[in-house]
Amino acid sequence: MMKRILSIATLWTAFAVNAQDASILKGKELFGDLKARQIGPALMSGRVSDIEGHPTNNKVIYIGTAGGGVWKSQDGGVRFNSIFDDLPQSIGAVAVDPSDPDNTVWVGTGEVWTRNSVSIGDGIYRSNDGGKNWTKFGLEKTERISAIEIDPKDRNTIYVGALGALWGDSEDRGVYKTTDGGKTWTKILYVNASTGCSDLIMDPNDPNTLYASFWEFRRTAYSFNSGGINSSLYKSTDGGKTWSKIQNGFPKGKLGRIAVTVAPSDSKILYAVVEAEKPNEKGLYRSDDAGATWKHLNSDFELTVRPFYFSRIVVDPKDPETVAKAGLGGSISHDGGKTFKNLGFMHSDIHDIWFDINDSDKLFAATDGGLYRSLNGGTTMEIIENLPICQFYHVSVDNQTPYNIYGGLQDNGSWFGPSASPGGIEARDWESVGMGDGFRVYPHPSNPKIVYSEMQGAEGVWRYDSEKMQMKVIKPWPVQGDPKLRFNWNAAITTSKHAPDRLYMGSQFLHRSDDMGNNWTKISPDLTTNDPTKQNQVESGGLSADNSGAENHCTIFTIAESPLDQNIIWIGTDDGNVQLTKDGGKTWTNLTVNLTGIPKNTWCYHIEASAFDKGTAYAVFDGHTRNDKATYVLKTNDFGKTWKSIVTPDVNGFARNIQEDLKNPNLLFLGTEFGLFITLDGGANWYKFTNGVPATAVHYIEMHAGTNDLILGTHGRGIIIIDDVSPLRELNAEVMNKPLHFFTPKPVYMDETSTFGGASGETQFIGSNPSTSARIIYHMSKRHTFGKMTLDIFNEKGERVSTIAPGKQKGINVVEWNYVSLAPKVASGKTIDAGGFFAPRVEAGRYKIVITKGTEKYESYVDVKYPENSVYTAEERKLQHETTMKMYAMTEQLAYMVYEIDELIAHTDNTMKTNPALKKQTLTLNTDLNALKDGLVITKGDNYVGAGEKQLREKLSDLYSTVGSYYGAPSQTQLENLAMLEKQMNDAKKKFQVIKDTQVTKYKAATEKAGIKYIELKSFEEYVKKD
Amino acid sequence: MKKLVLFIAFIGLSALSFGQTADEIISKYFETLGGKEKLNSIISMEMKAKVDFGGMSIPLQIVSMRDGRQFTKFSFQGKEMTQGAFDGTTAWGTNFMTMKAEKEDAETTENIKRSTGDFVSPFMNYVDKGYMVELLPNETIEGVECFKIKLTKKPQLIDGQEVPNVEFYYFDKDNYVPIVVETEINQGEMKGQISQTVFSDYQEVEGTYFAFSMTQRLKDGMGQTIVIESVELNKTYEDSLFKFPEE
Repeated sequence: MMKRILSIATLWTAFAVNAQDASILKGKELFGDLKARQIGPALMSGRVSDIEGHPTNNKVIYIGTAGGGVWKSQDGGVRFNSIFDDLPQSIGAVAVDPSDPDNTVWVGTGEVWTRNSVSIGDGIYRSNDGGKNWTKFGLEKTERISAIEIDPKDRNTIYVGALGALWGDSEDRGVYKTTDGGKTWTKILYVNASTGCSDLIMDPNDPNTLYASFWEFRRTAYSFNSGGINSSLYKSTDGGKTWSKIQNGFPKGKLGRIAVTVAPSDSKILYAVVEAEKPNEKGLYRSDDAGATWKHLNSDFELTVRPFYFSRIVVDPKDPETVAKAGLGGSISHDGGKTFKNLGFMHSDIHDIWFDINDSDKLFAATDGGLYRSLNGGTTMEIIENLPICQFYHVSVDNQTPYNIYGGLQDNGSWFGPSASPGGIEARDWESVGMGDGFRVYPHPSNPKIVYSEMQGAEGVWRYDSEKMQMKVIKPWPVQGDPKLRFNWNAAITTSKHAPDRLYMGSQFLHRSDDMGNNWTKISPDLTTNDPTKQNQVESGGLSADNSGAENHCTIFTIAESPLDQNIIWIGTDDGNVQLTKDGGKTWTNLTVNLTGIPKNTWCYHIEASAFDKGTAYAVFDGHTRNDKATYVLKTNDFGKTWKSIVTPDVNGFARNIQEDLKNPNLLFLGTEFGLFITLDGGANWYKFTNGVPATAVHYIEMHAGTNDLILGTHGRGIIIIDDVSPLRELNAEVMNKPLHFFTPKPVYMDETSTFGGASGETQFIGSNPSTSARIIYHMSKRHTFGKMTLDIFNEKGERVSTIAPGKQKGINVVEWNYVSLAPKVASGKTIDAGGFFAPRVEAGRYKIVITKGTEKYESYVDVKYPENSVYTAEERKLQHETTMKMYAMTEQLAYMVYEIDELIAHTDNTMKTNPALKKQTLTLNTDLNALKDGLVITKGDNYVGAGEKQLREKLSDLYSTVGSYYGAPSQTQLENLAMLEKQMNDAKKKFQVIKDTQVTKYKAATEKAGIKYIELKSFEEYVKKD
Repeated sequence: MKKLVLFIAFIGLSALSFGQTADEIISKYFETLGGKEKLNSIISMEMKAKVDFGGMSIPLQIVSMRDGRQFTKFSFQGKEMTQGAFDGTTAWGTNFMTMKAEKEDAETTENIKRSTGDFVSPFMNYVDKGYMVELLPNETIEGVECFKIKLTKKPQLIDGQEVPNVEFYYFDKDNYVPIVVETEINQGEMKGQISQTVFSDYQEVEGTYFAFSMTQRLKDGMGQTIVIESVELNKTYEDSLFKFPEE
């Protein structure tokens, strides 16, 4: 009974935590304003796996992506927004409920284009509000969902095709049906543990008629098989109660992957693309009797190429004879499949095609390089430029300012681009440094012009001089006595922290070059298991040979030279070995037997050699290619003699990479299939980081030593940067319990770079820049919700220079101050004076920060500094500041003079209106005041091209803002201009004084005599006082 | 015994899954603010506020009336400008180039009319107004676990289409005041992005509580804060302040 109560208690807890797991909750209470910025890029975009439109509104389009979640367009496909950030980003199918298409959307996770690098899903989700909120509806173990078909007459009846596990047997696959809107599912068609539903189509005109193709398939780390006797095509006409095979006319023998579809405008016409044993029997089949018989039409390359990757056929919703096939380049037929022509030029590898519901000439294609749109039936294709869904395998950085980020992408080459760029990080900022599939890219450690890159299986390894644009192939070659060199698809290559010209590269051997890759020395024996049964890649593919290098195995995958000792090198292999040399490769110790809790042959994905201790290292193992999705992270402190696991159940997803903080050995960053996890205590507790980091596969993490930025190479959401994570180094239980804790302030170097830049249009993705402001960072143990809370900044004289809205949340708050003080009070005129908005920058110095929270005060400071290596001298800066502040003062004096004049004008206006007797003598004064004012500020016109002639206010503010925003000395011309304005100002002052001494004095006496209340002027100090 | 355990389990589950209904949360929210009666007695509300733009502090006067009339006035360099004004018929604001009043487009005006009745809180008499509420799973935002309530108001008219008007309210579980309101931007080039308004610094004004700090931001972005300096209730105003100034 006790057990029963406990299990109920567990259930309660599970229920209470709801959709969020504990690690997310904890992370959301902690990280606060520590936010990531996604910098893409989007110019090469990434793999799109599925396209789905709204059935009646062609402005609404959803796409599912390979590793970047779900994106929605509401403008017919011009701009897209991500709508699935918190959930697994690998998408199999998106479906819009035809009964409630504005609101109800289903997403089946787990991509079905089963390449070696494919990610995984964790079930099916529904949104009732067009994608703003999502609820999980089970099928967690299906791993990949190929289709979701919703009964248009009964929205609670839904069929799901589950392809299921790629890397092992699983019974969680087949066709599932719900009749209660997803609360419960029944598996209504199942073949066996290695055969899943790869396509499922509902007859658009009869929801009880369904077609389901089943595919026998299996991938291992070293092989791929497509096809078998269990691959089949089924049909049901009773809502899935009974199914029969419909293969009359199909080839005999083993079948592979089958794509199937029904022409929406004629339910009798079906198309199927069949992978078969004989080349001339592969390709397109058509049925004109709803599947009763099939006729083979076509074995063109585009119809038979790589069925595991391109198995989709789509019919024009209006014309049953127009049919488009996904493929290497994609093709389209207008004669019912007899002949095809290629779609227009776009990125290769087409996975889905979508015809606009109203205009079949408008179509979209999902490719390995993003989403493309055509307005002319596929003849010309244009890329959608705002989908930053590229898939990095790796990331590295250099030491430039701003630093550059280097990395290689799935099917999109190798690139580097800046971490900051004027106007934001745009497509044009990225430079290509490699072709094919890109993987590991490194800058030369001391010569950033030199970049190393590679393509799949080390078929190309390059040294590229980005200045001279010279490229050299530098891969190691086998020499006499060597066996064939085995390089992983994602071949290990790395630079050294000790010798700038050194490179390491892993085949089954470790190779070292000390001359930037010109010559190589083998410094190890075969460090892998060298298992011959895992080296038959030539047999890979099943019914369609597929020996691309993707299954190369028994290779070195990770190389970690100790940052403390160049003779210590750790090696991890894809077949599970961990090896160590302490003498630069002369002798090696196989540490594999010492590993604890790691199943044999589990891929060693990354080793991180500690920067704090030579004997310490972290090893990350990824078992997913053995159908094992556990998280494995081990740590050793004794050169690998003993290891212990440092993961907890708070970590979700199999891990690929760990990054040790550069200052605090207990601060670790872990990248898994479902995002980023952070521990502050060496692994005892892990927190999921979600602020701008979606639940995407984090393949590699790098930390930039100069900025303390954390840079993530994600496999689906491009590069993601968390700027300056150093506050996390200070975060501990004591800090977290204090009501408010200021983190150790860092000096800010004022940004003096130009604000020009930004050539991208609104349809293009622009990655945001890091903040250049001073960052005031503090942690609060509770959110501030009731009562006042303010943040003031004071200079060393104790004068308030700024007031900023503070962050109030529980956790980390970051408040940015752009080191400007308060803008001057500007004279009032007919128009607005733009230069008058200019607030002068503060001088370098220490500024006190005061947070007032109720009756409590908390103080810190920030040191504001001039940039290092600035072109301006201290004397120049002094003159610039003094000149600026002189004009600041003049601006306020002018404002006060105009205020006085305005008050007098208003008073005299009123006197003339109400006291005709005084009109005559007042009129002169009034006229003289207006004439004086006319020379001080613009008194007519508008704020655009109807502006009046510039007067003293405008001339002064032009010069003030120009001198104020250039940090060197003002020019002689500017100083002369200022002298001229000073003279004008003094003249005006004198003139006004004369008027005051004579006419105003008389006027005042006259009004007093007449019993008219005279003006109560504010003092100058009162007038210019800032709020 | 078995029955008893099951019963306890049932109660427990109900308490957790339905722990509090949306109506209970809304009702506690009204209580925290000072009670429905007090809130319903408010006829007008004027906020004096300021907003900082790079060293410049711009004073705002925000006036809203129970009958839907409203205006926001602000001034810099001595020029007073009006935005978000509505006189019951016409919505208008000052054009920054000409400094003259211009009418808002017909859809904006219509949408303002449709939100008449949201004075003080859109949850007030929400059933009578045809609004709907739905309690969603709790979420942590601003580091605080919150009740999340979906509020569906009258549809809005956007580009000729009737578009759902949905707001998500995050009520701090500890004190039942909303700390964030979230909505999807439904027009313009930001369409589809999520906008958030963050509330804090709740303070008492004549027995009712108002947020004295409101920050508008894009989800995961930096925000712009309006700091309220004072709130005055039940003042009367000249009609002309709301009225579109015909030349």
